[in-house]
Amino acid sequence: MYEFIAFYIFAIATTILFVITVMSKNVLYSMTSLAAGMVLISGFFFLLGADFLGVVQLIVYVGAVMALYAFAMMFFDATKNVKEKHQNPSLVFLLGGLMALVFVIMFSAPIIGDNIQALNPVADGVGNAQAVGMVLFTKYLVPFEVAAVMLLVAMIAGIILAGKKMDYSLTKCEAVDEEMNVELEKGEE
Amino acid sequence: MIGVNHYLILSGLLFSIGFMGVLRRKNLLMLFFATEVMLNAVNIAFAAIGSYYGDLSGQMFAFFVIAVAASEVAVGLGLLILLYKKYGSLDLDVISSMKG
Repeated sequence: MYEFIAFYIFAIATTILFVITVMSKNVLYSMTSLAAGMVLISGFFFLLGADFLGVVQLIVYVGAVMALYAFAMMFFDATKNVKEKHQNPSLVFLLGGLMALVFVIMFSAPIIGDNIQALNPVADGVGNAQAVGMVLFTKYLVPFEVAAVMLLVAMIAGIILAGKKMDYSLTKCEAVDEEMNVELEKGEE
Repeated sequence: MIGVNHYLILSGLLFSIGFMGVLRRKNLLMLFFATEVMLNAVNIAFAAIGSYYGDLSGQMFAFFVIAVAASEVAVGLGLLILLYKKYGSLDLDVISSMKG
């Protein structure tokens, strides 16, 4: 009973929050509703018994990704409304609605295949985090290491891309250009 | 007990919301938010199917999706900062250089 109530409250709230994320004109409202929706999505994971996944969702998405967006927003004008020119919005809604219809038909059709068996069945008598660890460090060890290398590459790429000329003000670009020209001339001499 | 279909329908709806955002948005930062919505919707479907079959593979794939999303955000935001420095705007109509 409580599961029903929790599921429907979470479902309705998440849908509304994500619609706000997609439709809002303000970057700040959009980001805040996205963060709130992600917190509620971790609620679904807890309902499904995937405790560790829920905690990872909270830490990585709500903690790290949202903090990254918040820091990146300091580079852009967050208080100004985003002006967007929509050429034919009705087509977008038609496509999105069609896609929603296709998804609902696809998923509400009987998905149960008889020949599907659990590859990595949930072990008895251990918590979710322990079971996840046992599967992750045996069957999925190579993808885990590849993901670690990928995160390292992403970190270096982020530093290289965003860190250039970080000490110069964005609004004084002409002064920077002049300074660089002077330095170039010095180098040529 | 809630059936797996409920979770899958919710996941499909959220994915469609994100897809509509990707089609509708002209601002690059908002486009990133819409892709995050789509990734989260897929994660719900993974976790739901995994719990329905009593299988941990669904949760594993959800972990890797989260890792991919985190690195995508790190690289993508670096590119966004570079674009903003170059064009002074994140609007796709301003940035687009190919006429087609």
